Amino acid sequence: MLAAAWDYLLAHPQQFAKAFAMHVALSAAALALATAIAFPLGVAAARRPALALAAVSVANLGRTLPSLAVLALVMPLLGTGFAPSLFALTLLALPPLLLNTIVGLQGVDPDVVDAARGMGMTPRTILRRIELPLALPVMFAGLRTAAVQVISGAVLAAFIGGGGLGDFITAGIAMMAWPQILVGAIPVTLLALAADFLFGRLQRRLTPVGLRAA
Amino acid sequence: MTWFLRNWDQVAVALYQHVAIASTALVIAFAIALPVGIWAARNARVYAVALATAGFLYTIPTLAFLALLIPLAGLGRTNAIIAMVAFALLVLIRNVATGLREVPADVVDAARGMGMSARQRLTRIELPLALPVIVAGLRIAAVTVISVSVVAAYVNAGGLGTLIFSGIATDHAPKIWAGALTACALAIAVDTAFACAEKRLRRHRAA
Repeated sequence: MLAAAWDYLLAHPQQFAKAFAMHVALSAAALALATAIAFPLGVAAARRPALALAAVSVANLGRTLPSLAVLALVMPLLGTGFAPSLFALTLLALPPLLLNTIVGLQGVDPDVVDAARGMGMTPRTILRRIELPLALPVMFAGLRTAAVQVISGAVLAAFIGGGGLGDFITAGIAMMAWPQILVGAIPVTLLALAADFLFGRLQRRLTPVGLRAA
Repeated sequence: MTWFLRNWDQVAVALYQHVAIASTALVIAFAIALPVGIWAARNARVYAVALATAGFLYTIPTLAFLALLIPLAGLGRTNAIIAMVAFALLVLIRNVATGLREVPADVVDAARGMGMSARQRLTRIELPLALPVIVAGLRIAAVTVISVSVVAAYVNAGGLGTLIFSGIATDHAPKIWAGALTACALAIAVDTAFACAEKRLRRHRAA
């Protein structure tokens, strides 16, 4: 079975390369876009309790929505293709990023911030040199969750013409062509596992030495 | 909206199927996660292995997982339920184990001092005290399972995803709206219900 999949892959190298590149591009763009929105929003919200509560509630609500439902809802509004898929995947990546930015910043020990203030640091310096580094592990945990979710969601983007590795899976299921299913399913699984592993490593790296668990 | 009103029976059948497969999967997943979680709470190695395995399963993209199960389970409900159980295990095992570990050691000690057996301590002291955390896990697992079963319609498992897929195939927007919005509403309703249960349990415990 694996051999047949390998043969299929060798017979369609360009098609595979294109789908793989599309999958990575779609996921990376959605992640970057969502980070660009969630990061400033989270930093702004973390200092204002009312805004933080509202943002956390909305993000929690957003997290419960089924990925495929979000993708499907975008289609009647924006049509099919790369841009609508990117829009939907960005929406899916926002909640974990926003939540973890806020929770991470709020979790910083107030005594530490107080000490920094006592040392004469400005709010800006405190944010950059104290709060963000201490919140970074939690924020990266959010990025890790979002990355896996987006890669998984990008498979479903095949249903609304977003391209990517999901195309092989859907075409394979439609024709009951097993090699084709594997050519989509195995790489995308490896991609998700690799992203999880890489972001996990990065998260550990970025944890300040004093905070690392023994 | 007109489509929804004219075809509400179709939506109701899909919703019923959706709830049926999702709750079946949740019950099976919990039946597996409870003993594994109890074991993991007492044994750090079991905890590490169980969480690594469940974490691996959880990371596999939904559609890829469903597709990879086809040679094993074919097309249909069995396939969908296996996938949904696999996705629900991580959070359930983690929360059962965490909930049990957070039970104060003094309380368990006092129970032992009162002459309770290990079994009695588990069922009468530890599990009741861990319940809020376990319910929090059930909440996330329920939402996950609902989300997975939308996709599972693609492997003929039925449910609300069926409306979405047939709407996409025929480019019929109202059908997509009906399927997708009902699925969102279901997820939000279940999430809210579990959140209320969790809050109540916590208040009960605090009193």
